[in-house]
Amino acid sequence: MNELIQKLVEAYGPSGFEDNVRHLIRAEIEPFADEIRVDALGNLIARKKGSGEGLKVMVAAHMDEIGVMATHITKEGFVRFINIGGVLAHTLLGNRIEFDNGVIGIVYCDKIEDRNQVHPLNKHFLDVGASSREDCPISVGTAGVFQRNFLAQGDHLTAKSMDDRIGCVVAIETLKRLEDTPHDLYFVFSVQEEVGTRGALTAANHLLPDVGIALDVTLTGDLPEARPMAVSLGQGPAIKVKDSGMIAHAGLVQIMRRRAEDAGLPFQMEVLDGGTTDARSMQVAGPGCAAGCISIPCRYVHSQSETVSAQDVENSIKLLTAVLSQPIDL
Amino acid sequence: MNELLKQLTEAVGVSGDEKEIRRLIRDLIADQVAEWRVDALGNLIARKPGTGESSLRVLVDAHMDEVGLMITDVDSNGTLQFETVGGFDDRALLGKVVQVGPKKLPGVIGARPVHLLKPNQRREIVKVEAMRIDIGAKNKDEAAGKVKIGDRAAFVTDYEELADTAVGKAFDNRAGCAALIELLRSEPYPFDLYASFTVQEEVGLRGAQVVAYDIAPDAALILECTPAYDLPNEKDVSPNVALGRGPSIYVMDAGTIQDPRLVSHITRTAAAEQIPFQIRQPGGGGTNTAAIQKTGPGVPAATIAVPGRYAHTPTMMISLTDYHNVVKLADAALRRLTPDLLQH
Repeated sequence: MNELIQKLVEAYGPSGFEDNVRHLIRAEIEPFADEIRVDALGNLIARKKGSGEGLKVMVAAHMDEIGVMATHITKEGFVRFINIGGVLAHTLLGNRIEFDNGVIGIVYCDKIEDRNQVHPLNKHFLDVGASSREDCPISVGTAGVFQRNFLAQGDHLTAKSMDDRIGCVVAIETLKRLEDTPHDLYFVFSVQEEVGTRGALTAANHLLPDVGIALDVTLTGDLPEARPMAVSLGQGPAIKVKDSGMIAHAGLVQIMRRRAEDAGLPFQMEVLDGGTTDARSMQVAGPGCAAGCISIPCRYVHSQSETVSAQDVENSIKLLTAVLSQPIDL
Repeated sequence: MNELLKQLTEAVGVSGDEKEIRRLIRDLIADQVAEWRVDALGNLIARKPGTGESSLRVLVDAHMDEVGLMITDVDSNGTLQFETVGGFDDRALLGKVVQVGPKKLPGVIGARPVHLLKPNQRREIVKVEAMRIDIGAKNKDEAAGKVKIGDRAAFVTDYEELADTAVGKAFDNRAGCAALIELLRSEPYPFDLYASFTVQEEVGLRGAQVVAYDIAPDAALILECTPAYDLPNEKDVSPNVALGRGPSIYVMDAGTIQDPRLVSHITRTAAAEQIPFQIRQPGGGGTNTAAIQKTGPGVPAATIAVPGRYAHTPTMMISLTDYHNVVKLADAALRRLTPDLLQH
């Protein structure tokens, strides 16, 4: 599975420009889906038909990752940029940005007056090896992502875009492993989550599911001096109860919990202070649906080294498989 | 003199009260379209039949509302309290002439003359809550007889042309409306073209949302007027877009990432037709595209804008060449739009 993870996390796919990731995922799931299509905004939607007794279930994992977009080229050929999604200025100095034309930009910032202060994003720039505006290989409006290789070390898996390619992996593996399901399943690999859960909204508007389950990463409280949070790496998938954008359907939460207990899977209950997922959009799309989220605990979210536990990933796949292969009695 | 721009910018249509501008546009387009109607929110929606070559449903949108003021109360001395409708810098308001209510009563946003300002007051920014509109009424009763709470007030700026520069109010977004009217007057497109002149953009893209739901188009093009920021600047920072450098094409703003296929279609069209264009600096701001793109099952959408200086003040400036090039680019991009372009 690490091979699949590496392929997906190293792919280029900032919000709005998910084509490369979509091609990779499509090739991966094509043999396992009964129908597959791409909608107007670029969501990849794979259907797996059920036996007919169940519900219409939408499972969403987002393909996009955070990134940057060029806003200005200085006359010396440096590139100023703006964030796509929640890019943290703390993570940037000396890092590298990759554009889809292969150009690499080195991130640095304006004069540092105070080492304890971090400049805002607009005082950072990229050095793409140009010496003037004319020979700069990047133009205003070009999007880029962090460049960083995949790392597997012990149980830890680290990459630039675990958020949310690891959710995509959980969806892909579940689709592959699911044998029988009573439900009409729609696996949606969504676009533009990082800029406002936009893709999941339009997909859900179209599908009008009974149940929506997002697969996404969540924060952990297990780091030195961390903000308290009862989710730790390696302690199992987190069943989301609430985040800043959604309160999960209580019945769905109970079912997830029961399936984990029945299967003897470790799990954690998640209350996330800050952030939300595609479940928010699914919940309120059209006439609304019962929405919830299985979260993969992740350290260093929105940095170049987002880190998850391989065991948590495996157990997330098992939990989702258990939920989808049995009736969902709300 | 561009009569279309003159008529459209001099008409009044503050968000939520777009009757005057809607009637004007309706009269201007009625002969050019197969059908038109006004929906529940007041959007004017028209259909221009195509040649039948293509089955695409294409929506072209321009919001017809403008920023302005709303009367909220009358003081005992007859001056009018007001709130802003849409986004304003309070500093742009003092001392400006306005037209109040359907009868267009002339009024002035009063300002304390400099003679009467203490030194520390000269440095203060007067907040909108402290401003009043003076319509020359002697007392509350006289004012209340002429003005109703909830009446809108709009700026008063005559349209003028200074060589290539047009001066007037509300180019945001009457420039877009004018461009859309010109598209409706042109030869039929390969597909039916749905035109929407939408309400309440300036207060939250409200009209466009219901139009997109109603029409459910396969693709949408939004025509706008975007702030030019090309004033002298010592630092090497982006001019955003500049007057006279051509239509401004959006890639990303606070509410959208524009459909990359349509963006490159538009830039390719511009190159092929030798129309100058500028990529608008990605970042803040928002247009109806944000609402349309996310409606229903989603709509591929892109935005072309006329650069305009001094947006959301009583007086704006645009380049007439930019305006004509927006019409030309929108027209050419629509004629070249084929269904395969929208395949993933």
